[in-house]
Amino acid sequence: MIPHLLSMQDLSVDQITAILDTAETLKEIALRPIAKVPTLRGRTVCNLFFEDSTRTRISFEIAAKRLSADVINFSAKGSSVSKGEGFKDTALTLQAMGVDAIVVRHAASGAPQQLTRWVDAKVLNAGDGWHQHPTQGLLDLFTIRERLGHIEGLRAAVVGDVFHSRVARSVVQGLLTMGAEVTIVGPPTLLPPRVDTWGTAVSHDLDAVLPKTDVLYLLRVQQERMGEQFFPSSREYARIWGVDRDRLARLPEGAVVMHPGPMNRGVEVTADAADAPNSMIQLQVTNGIAVRMSCLYLMLGGEDGRAADVGGRGSNSERVEA
Amino acid sequence: MSGFTLTGARVVDPAGGRDEVANVSIDGEIVVAVGGQVQGTRVDADGLVLAPGLVDLHVHLREPGREDAETVESGTAAAAAGGFTAVCPMANTDPVCDHAGVVEQVSRLAREAGHCDVYPIGAITRGLRGEELAEMGAMAAQGVRCFSDDGMPVRSAQVMRRALEYARTWDAIICNHAEEAALTWGEGGRGATAGGRGSGGAAGGGGGADAAQMNEGELSSLLGLAGWPHEAEEVMVARDLILARGRGARLHVPHVSTAGAVDLIRDAKARGARVTAEAAPHHFTLVDELVTSYDPVYKVNPPLRTKDDVEAVRRGLADGTIDAIATDHAPHPPEQKEQEWAHAPCGMLGLETALAVTLTQLVGAEPVGTELVGAERPVLTLSQALAALSTNPARSRDIGGHGGPIQPGGPANLVLFDPAQRWTVDERALHSRSRNTPFAGTQLRGRVVSTLLRGRFTFRDGALA
Repeated sequence: MIPHLLSMQDLSVDQITAILDTAETLKEIALRPIAKVPTLRGRTVCNLFFEDSTRTRISFEIAAKRLSADVINFSAKGSSVSKGEGFKDTALTLQAMGVDAIVVRHAASGAPQQLTRWVDAKVLNAGDGWHQHPTQGLLDLFTIRERLGHIEGLRAAVVGDVFHSRVARSVVQGLLTMGAEVTIVGPPTLLPPRVDTWGTAVSHDLDAVLPKTDVLYLLRVQQERMGEQFFPSSREYARIWGVDRDRLARLPEGAVVMHPGPMNRGVEVTADAADAPNSMIQLQVTNGIAVRMSCLYLMLGGEDGRAADVGGRGSNSERVEA
Repeated sequence: MSGFTLTGARVVDPAGGRDEVANVSIDGEIVVAVGGQVQGTRVDADGLVLAPGLVDLHVHLREPGREDAETVESGTAAAAAGGFTAVCPMANTDPVCDHAGVVEQVSRLAREAGHCDVYPIGAITRGLRGEELAEMGAMAAQGVRCFSDDGMPVRSAQVMRRALEYARTWDAIICNHAEEAALTWGEGGRGATAGGRGSGGAAGGGGGADAAQMNEGELSSLLGLAGWPHEAEEVMVARDLILARGRGARLHVPHVSTAGAVDLIRDAKARGARVTAEAAPHHFTLVDELVTSYDPVYKVNPPLRTKDDVEAVRRGLADGTIDAIATDHAPHPPEQKEQEWAHAPCGMLGLETALAVTLTQLVGAEPVGTELVGAERPVLTLSQALAALSTNPARSRDIGGHGGPIQPGGPANLVLFDPAQRWTVDERALHSRSRNTPFAGTQLRGRVVSTLLRGRFTFRDGALA
């Protein structure tokens, strides 16, 4: 069903729904006394990380292990890459070793897509440059659906440095595909070029947007962007686009707050806002495992290593327990 | 007579205003008759077009320094195979061509190879650093007519102004890589040490993620690649036109890629500025949509732009705003190009496809033999296309003996091509040492049959002579 998981843009409503439905079934495994099923026994998943990301790597590692896959962690630091082996040679090496799936994180946009040209393994994008982070977007959709019951028709506001954010590209596209309305909020300097073509509304006035927001999605603001004159100071950013308890109070009843982590407390979100009852931030992390299990399962779980059928929740459940 | 006569070819000679089927007789190095009887050996050229040898104002031959990518020998062999009899290599070699020694070395290597004439371009500033002027006089004494830091913009307006003034000593041309670096590298820039940024970057490395990677717009936004805004080209072109104005200085704008830059040059020419401009085949045929593959073969500087820009460059060629088609032939070995997009160097091959791409994409249907062939949306006549590929570039750079006219007593620098033959580009069959052509696998129309340099075949019947 999904040859590679590279970009949220490649996924249809049906595909996203199948991933979320399967994740729902798989999430239950974590609650068992032995949180493990044999589904991917004998399969090898390689976490190929050219950029540090302990959170994402661990989440993928736990997901693969709960499905009984063998996991190799290949970090660009301390591997042959740092001794000067190129990206393509690293890919060919993994190809020669015959891994079944490669979970790749890379600072260069497009690297996972390039990888698919050189390997037969399924490629899962675990974040590439400013481009995409599809499993993050999927876990966010999963969390929204779990908490609010649906995605279609919701009003989401994505706030902050959309320009440099792979998370934003995945989340916004996922929300739009699933029928939510999206408003991008932030200083004009942090909006991506031609944001008018994204199919969202755009606002620079967070306070005006908050009362019409069901999902408030805050992005990490990188301090170094200040030096590049995208905005004058983190103090000014926090004052105009940061979320504190007062701003949270402007949200309608039942609205949720999300953040992909790691947070800059005091910049895009204050500590008390991050820890407020309607903050989904910890739940997002928890759900990341089930969603990544779902992606690995759907991409590797079939008889021939191709996608298994994901017709309904019942059949998935049977497969997982088989 | 001991020479030979090319018979039956359609002679298209923009410089001489000729477009007719005629015999051309050659003896030794020169043309001895046009439109006469067969003299000497008869060489059948029926159905072919005979034109002045092509002239390329902008190539990277990589030698000295990056002989893994190209050498003077291999690059000029590619030129001969592409129908060129003269090429102008840029100065961003290692060592940089900022003194007479490198000019002499490149010229000697070219003479030894004998595939085509080579007119080295000298650096404007030492080490392409944009700070101190290079010793133009010593290079001018070696015959250098044009100075450029191509790949690196001259960022300081003061240095640029001084260069334009100083070059007047020899009525030489200043060609500035038109890229306002503050808009593409970020404030503070990267300095000359990032030599790989330019389209011809000899060194590897495409800069960090924040360094411009592709045309800024809808697609850079979607692909998460740092944008190279059209403003960065236009701000620099505008600055240079203003600095050159009223000083009698000669400015050449390389690889024009945006609609705005075409407009600026058109306006300047209308006011009588001494400005010339070139466009590369990829900038009038390919668009940024190709970057969605993340295949670095499409990474080039300036980047592939939008359809509107492509149309504007074509209009610029059609109305004479853009004088010349220049390839910006920029070889890179596979291990350099097969990297992450952000790490791969900028640049594309061009010498062996330029004529065919131009004929396929720009030239209208004209009767050739019994067959009608032509581009879907023609913008140039065959004669205009050959003017842009030969006559105009030769004249704009004072390159005597090239670009026609084809007339008795003139040097026999000629190209013979089949304007109707279709062929598919095979990157492995190219004469260049590198294979980074964006046209690999593309079917093109028009194929070089033979190239003559001063009466001698450098390329004959589809093979190096």
